[in-house]
Amino acid sequence: MLGRAIIQGFIETGRNFVGSYYDPERLTTVQYPEQTLPPDEHARTIPFLVYDGDDPSQGLRCTACTICELECPPQCISIVKDTVKKPDYLGKMQLQPKVFDIDISVCMDCGICAEVCPFDSIKMDQVFALSTGDRQALLLHKEQLAKSNLYFRQIHPGEAAAIDAARAEQKRKAEAKKAAIASAPSGFPSPLP
Amino acid sequence: MTALFPQATPAPFTLDHDLLEVSMGPHHPSTHGVFRMNVTLDGETVVKLTPVFGYLHRNHEKIAEQNSFLAAIPYTDRLDYICSMTNNCAYVLAVEKLASLQVPERAEYIRVIVSELTRLFNHTCLAGFLLQDMGALGTPLMYAFREREHVLDLFESLSGSRMMCNFMRFGGCRCDLPAGWIEQAATVTDRYSLFLDEFEALLTDNEIVRARTEGVGVLPADLAVNAGVTGPMLRASGVNYDIRKVDNYGVYGRFPFRVPLGEHGDTFDRYMIRILEARESLAILRQALREIPDGPVIDPKAKLRNFRPKPGEAYGRIEAPKGELGFFLISDGGPNPYRFRIRPPSLINLTILEDMCRGHTIADVVVILGSVDIVLGEVDR
Amino acid sequence: MRSARNPLARLSTEMDGSIDQIFVSTLHRIASLAPPAAQPLVSMLLIIAGIMVVFGSCFALTTIVERKTLGRMQNRYGPNRVGPFGFFQPIADGIKMLTKEDIVPFSADKALHFLAPLVLTVPVWLAFAVLPVGRNMAAIDLDAGILFFFAIGSASELSVFMAGWSSQNKYSLIGAMRAIAQMISYEVPLLLAAMPVLMLSGSLSLADIVQAQPPGHWFLFTPWGLAGFGMFLIAATAESNRSPFDLPEGESEIIAGYLTEYSGFKYALFFLGEYLGLFAVTGLAVTLYLGGWQAPVSFLQWFPSWAWFALKFAALILLFIWARATLPRLRLDQLLNFAWKFLVPLALLNLLVAGIWWWTGRAQFPGLLIRWLVCSAILAAAYILLGRGLKDHKLPPHRYHYAV
Repeated sequence: MLGRAIIQGFIETGRNFVGSYYDPERLTTVQYPEQTLPPDEHARTIPFLVYDGDDPSQGLRCTACTICELECPPQCISIVKDTVKKPDYLGKMQLQPKVFDIDISVCMDCGICAEVCPFDSIKMDQVFALSTGDRQALLLHKEQLAKSNLYFRQIHPGEAAAIDAARAEQKRKAEAKKAAIASAPSGFPSPLP
Repeated sequence: MTALFPQATPAPFTLDHDLLEVSMGPHHPSTHGVFRMNVTLDGETVVKLTPVFGYLHRNHEKIAEQNSFLAAIPYTDRLDYICSMTNNCAYVLAVEKLASLQVPERAEYIRVIVSELTRLFNHTCLAGFLLQDMGALGTPLMYAFREREHVLDLFESLSGSRMMCNFMRFGGCRCDLPAGWIEQAATVTDRYSLFLDEFEALLTDNEIVRARTEGVGVLPADLAVNAGVTGPMLRASGVNYDIRKVDNYGVYGRFPFRVPLGEHGDTFDRYMIRILEARESLAILRQALREIPDGPVIDPKAKLRNFRPKPGEAYGRIEAPKGELGFFLISDGGPNPYRFRIRPPSLINLTILEDMCRGHTIADVVVILGSVDIVLGEVDR
Repeated sequence: MRSARNPLARLSTEMDGSIDQIFVSTLHRIASLAPPAAQPLVSMLLIIAGIMVVFGSCFALTTIVERKTLGRMQNRYGPNRVGPFGFFQPIADGIKMLTKEDIVPFSADKALHFLAPLVLTVPVWLAFAVLPVGRNMAAIDLDAGILFFFAIGSASELSVFMAGWSSQNKYSLIGAMRAIAQMISYEVPLLLAAMPVLMLSGSLSLADIVQAQPPGHWFLFTPWGLAGFGMFLIAATAESNRSPFDLPEGESEIIAGYLTEYSGFKYALFFLGEYLGLFAVTGLAVTLYLGGWQAPVSFLQWFPSWAWFALKFAALILLFIWARATLPRLRLDQLLNFAWKFLVPLALLNLLVAGIWWWTGRAQFPGLLIRWLVCSAILAAAYILLGRGLKDHKLPPHRYHYAV
């Protein structure tokens, strides 16, 4: 019969209209900026550099190995190595970056830099309100990119906890090895534990 | 000067021009992106139609040839930007063929699940876009996008990003499924099943939709095959060619899904085939979510950095929601591909647009273009 | 005694002083302050002002209610930033329209280009003069009210052609010709759907038509009334260029139609004229079929008559908004086919059925039942047969099978 499916269509839109007043599934708008959705734990936007402790320059995990610079698809990272070395969490002396710039107008938020970093030093952030009127402000420098490990634990709790546990384990093993070497009789290499 | 360019002065305005040339320009509410059609009209009917594209060309192939194989993966997200997971799958399949990598079973199941989820929302969003072009003011489109949001939430918790997922790696996936993801995906699948019923009630038997799509833009089967058309457009014309069945790539051989075929190849057939395919995808999803095994998600021999496949060439293709998406790669032993070539289904399906539109009115051209299902990111790369 | 020349004469003096007659008594009180010679003029000016204020604010309210209702049907909020729940949005839109630059094409016919929006808007205001919005509340009670209404409505269609022609733009002209074809085609079912009402109430005057529909005996509650109401509403949607018949203005397919070359205030006038046309024809639908200002059942007559009119009016406007959210657009040839091959035959048959209804007017039970059955059967059979005729039988049926 002519018009039967049109009536069904009317019923469908009518149901959505009435449902929008009491069913949250029928009115899914989140009125930004008064309301925001909490970001998912795994969500990613631009990268940031992790530092341990309180001092960004001393605790920065980055060793300027430039692997992220090489692997970055749009080549938005620029690193200049510093000549001064500093110790890492295991006490080994490592290089550090003098200049670490990311151009976030070029960055495509792909996360490959975080995936290839061998030192867990560059990770993906969750900030997205990055618009600015000044184009130069989109070139972020080392000071702006460095955020503490406590922040990292806040935004990616699972990943940060796993990394912290792994690093603590490595530190424990390194200290045990050092203690074993210290207590071994001199001149003879001690057997490995 | 007028002697050199005799057509420089415009013709005076008269009503009895035989043929009217109209440019449905790149800025247009009904062309799915920056796409232009130079249409020559005789009164109301289309006599000639020339598609003009390239407004979104971004040098994808050249960039991929300058970067390593890994760095090309985020660029493939941006090809058909609403179906990024399937784009990744196609490229990674081609590289795995080139480098003879093995993919663990769990990763194959994950690929099937995300591909079918992508196919689901792509087909329903296309139905929404088709109705938007017909003038239904975006109501079915809003419903389709509302459901798509749930799938995008799944993708965000899996890969970190809603649309530009960058999830597949050579030899598997980037990371494993988070806890509770399978249950959430099962809920989304059930919701989609109910939603498809509601959606069909709104659209399939609607007299106006039928009147505007039946008999419009008929594509005969032999013409479709000769033009290289693939995907739902080909199956709507009655040709049984689904790459998931033909190539049996991945673990698709374990899923007994059916391939729907149309008979006439008009716009209504193309719309209906997509709805039927969406229902088949639901069946595949339910089975995959039940049967997914445990295990690693990446080939332990696969390398992330310094990946240098042996010299050779490979063509990897999948049944993307829009058709056959293929990647042709030539490796010369170095870290970058020597040649990176994409076979974009949207572009190849567009070549037949003129033959479908000839003889119809301009209102039908918009509807026919909507049923071809193009995304300009893929057409122009 | 009714008179077109004396607007102060009233149909009856019952319910004086009640809330039902509050507007009429206020009008009398203010008009009596003027000298007796000028009283008709003053009262007419007050009525005109009243109509413009009421229907003007109705226009503003409809634009925002339409956007919010469409939004709710699409699972989203409508505009909700400007003012409480977004209800000051029409003010923002008005300011925007008025401050835009008025661009006239160089080769356009300036006089026609300027006059076209006026030719649309002015006749439509005139059409409100004959609508009885409440008891004793028609601005002018003409003996040939409905004839006046339709004549005025057709006059406003000229503006579409003026707009298309004066823009000196091939595309505008094509759009305008299509719009004219649509509007002329749907005038016929509109008038034919209104005919049975005239037959059964025996008068062309709208106030008489309302009087012929006492509570419980609206023309809607009859088989021919139901069919006629449906056809009238469909033809009204087409006349006002609303979805699913918005081909002239929804021509996002190729051009903006005849409105391409208009900007700023003139565009706002076109917009206003179209909505006012919708209100006028909705008011007529309420008057012809829904009993005007009469209550549906007699024990609800305590509710003011103008409030009943407003409620029915609002319900019909919501129905138009609902149709806009649900239905896609028809193509021009399908639209014209629908008018000429479906609506016109059905409307003619409806006249016959209304005649049968009138002829069997004095029947008692079981004649009453037979009367209903016969009339409904004729209309249902015609609807089904004509509906089958609309389908294109050259198209084969669409079937789908699965590959083996």
